[in-house]
Amino acid sequence: MGVEVAVEGLSKSFGKQAIWRDVTLTLPSGEVSVLLGPSGTGKSVFLKCLIGLLKPEKGRVVINGVDLCSCPERDLYEIRKLFGVLFQDGALFGSMNIFDNVAFPLREHTRKSEKEVRDIVMSKIDMVGMLGAEGKLPGEISGGMRKRAGLARALVLDPQIILCDEPDSGLDPVRTAYLSQLLIDLNAQIDATILIVTHNINVARTVPDNLGMLFRKELVMFGPREVLLTSEEPVVEQFLNGRRIGPIGMSEEKDQAQMAQEQAHLDAGHSDGSLEEDMRGVVPQLEPTPGLPPRDAARRRRQRVMQILHTLPESAQHGILASLSRDDYDRYQEWRRRTTGMAMPSGPGTTGTATATREQTRVSQELPTRPAAGAQPTQQIPRPVAQSRPPAPQQPQQSPPMRPRPRPWRREEGDQ
Amino acid sequence: MSTRTSRKTSPLAPVAAKATGAMREFGNIFAMALDVIVQMFKRPFQAKEFIQQFWFIASVSIMPAALVAIPFGAVITLQLGSLTAQIGADSFNGAASVLAVIQQASPIVTTLVVAGAGGSAICADLGSRTIREEIDAMMVLGVSPIQRLVVPRVLAAMGVAALLNGMVSVVGVCGGYFFNVVVQGGTPGAFLSSFSALAQLSDLWVGTLKAVIFGFLAGLVASYRGLNPKGGPKGVGDVVNQSVVITFLLLFLVNLVISVVYLQLVPAKGA
Repeated sequence: MGVEVAVEGLSKSFGKQAIWRDVTLTLPSGEVSVLLGPSGTGKSVFLKCLIGLLKPEKGRVVINGVDLCSCPERDLYEIRKLFGVLFQDGALFGSMNIFDNVAFPLREHTRKSEKEVRDIVMSKIDMVGMLGAEGKLPGEISGGMRKRAGLARALVLDPQIILCDEPDSGLDPVRTAYLSQLLIDLNAQIDATILIVTHNINVARTVPDNLGMLFRKELVMFGPREVLLTSEEPVVEQFLNGRRIGPIGMSEEKDQAQMAQEQAHLDAGHSDGSLEEDMRGVVPQLEPTPGLPPRDAARRRRQRVMQILHTLPESAQHGILASLSRDDYDRYQEWRRRTTGMAMPSGPGTTGTATATREQTRVSQELPTRPAAGAQPTQQIPRPVAQSRPPAPQQPQQSPPMRPRPRPWRREEGDQ
Repeated sequence: MSTRTSRKTSPLAPVAAKATGAMREFGNIFAMALDVIVQMFKRPFQAKEFIQQFWFIASVSIMPAALVAIPFGAVITLQLGSLTAQIGADSFNGAASVLAVIQQASPIVTTLVVAGAGGSAICADLGSRTIREEIDAMMVLGVSPIQRLVVPRVLAAMGVAALLNGMVSVVGVCGGYFFNVVVQGGTPGAFLSSFSALAQLSDLWVGTLKAVIFGFLAGLVASYRGLNPKGGPKGVGDVVNQSVVITFLLLFLVNLVISVVYLQLVPAKGA
């Protein structure tokens, strides 16, 4: 079972330059979280603060009741044994070959015999598909291989918290997909808390349970993946779609003049650099490879999310409901009817906010006893298409095409 | 607004900032020295790393040290030889050169070589590991880089300095003997017999102690600078440079202190 990581009011600056301020988030135990953000928003710095490599000026990082920012060095080294960290470049020891690199934590922290070490190491090397390269030095292999070897080393002690700094950078899309699957499988097997820092949209859409984004020295949002994936926030929309139109510029921020100029270019028919379809919207999450146990974290998360569902934005609610299996959906509706006397969140904000407090207290009593919630949590249930399952009233379709985007050039094409 | 005016009115501000920066560096080195000393006694001892480093430092230092020692001993003897001849104390030439070589020249030459050849390599090695995030990775894996990397290096530098000091002393005295007897036409018997006239065993001890302390400083400064490079590969070059310069400065300062204390504590022979 993974460990919960609670970050409270964390602020970090280098000299006078603030990196980010007042970041508060909780990585729920055993769940997979992704932290998005444009380059240079301090994502890697955030990871380093989580492991205590950098000391933030303010705030706390609490793991197992220990605050990493203020505890003595000795405790820090103990706590770090819970972590497996994949660095951006793998951070392998250049003087050791791959085998010794992966074996390093075992030799340092365990009293296993050399044969046991060899067995474990080879299984991890096999897991990342590097068999045959274990005798090579890090300087002799490609960047992608270094990264995979770094992952093998991070996993060798069966960590309870796995932090990945841009696991996709330097990897091709296929290997990235394998890596994503590997992380999900790992999560199903050892139930580790995972935080992935990335700017890969595909990873962000398919892998995590929770999704957050750093921008302009702040945590824009952090919560269930559906919230960010359906967000109306301009930064999020721009980032997910990879457009030039929006608040993110080439440098840290854009000024009004530049925004206006870009908008003018767009209106004149110059592409904004994005693809045609809107990348927002909830897509199915990766499931563990068939044959592996279902992810316990998925069940726990569903329970948690359903309890706070009415507090989430409207579009996120629909995204979540649409991703439920038919059974779960019926169960939720049933429970909803019992607790509030109403069928569904009928349309924008009619139930949610008004009865929020009352519901919350009830929810916490009733939800955990939901029948069969844990019995068959995350098996691949053939998911009914959005329209064919009992539809949420007044919201016949899923959320993705929330807002028609200004694409004048396409309209012109249509006219011709 | 207030900050702007205050910045304008105090031209000393950047100097003060530099000074506090230097003090902070010094404090950090001191803190690391304490760390290293504490961790030296912590098991498990990294024997393999220690032997590797020891062998490496020794192999790069022996030849240069010997080659520097010969002219160093010679120069001291030549200088003292002409001086003692002028005041009619030729017979004490040997004693004077032995004192100078063993107490002062030998430990300093040894450490200059250890810092210049071994320390710079240590610094460059640790520096490049740091910028490749290897050190971070090691800390994250729950292994203290001080205990794992720095302690063996510092111990190796100390050991090599102590042993090398003996060799340099012998080579330096031999060089002095050669130049005094062969070049200046001194008497071999007088040179050798005056050894015991002024020099005493504690001179040898203090020379060795100096070498050990200087070796510690060389290893420590090299490791400290190596673990704190600023900004990429160029930063590594800079810190290597700085580590050698800082070691040399510290060396002469500490040498002065030890010499003064020694001369106060241990009375000269026959005094």
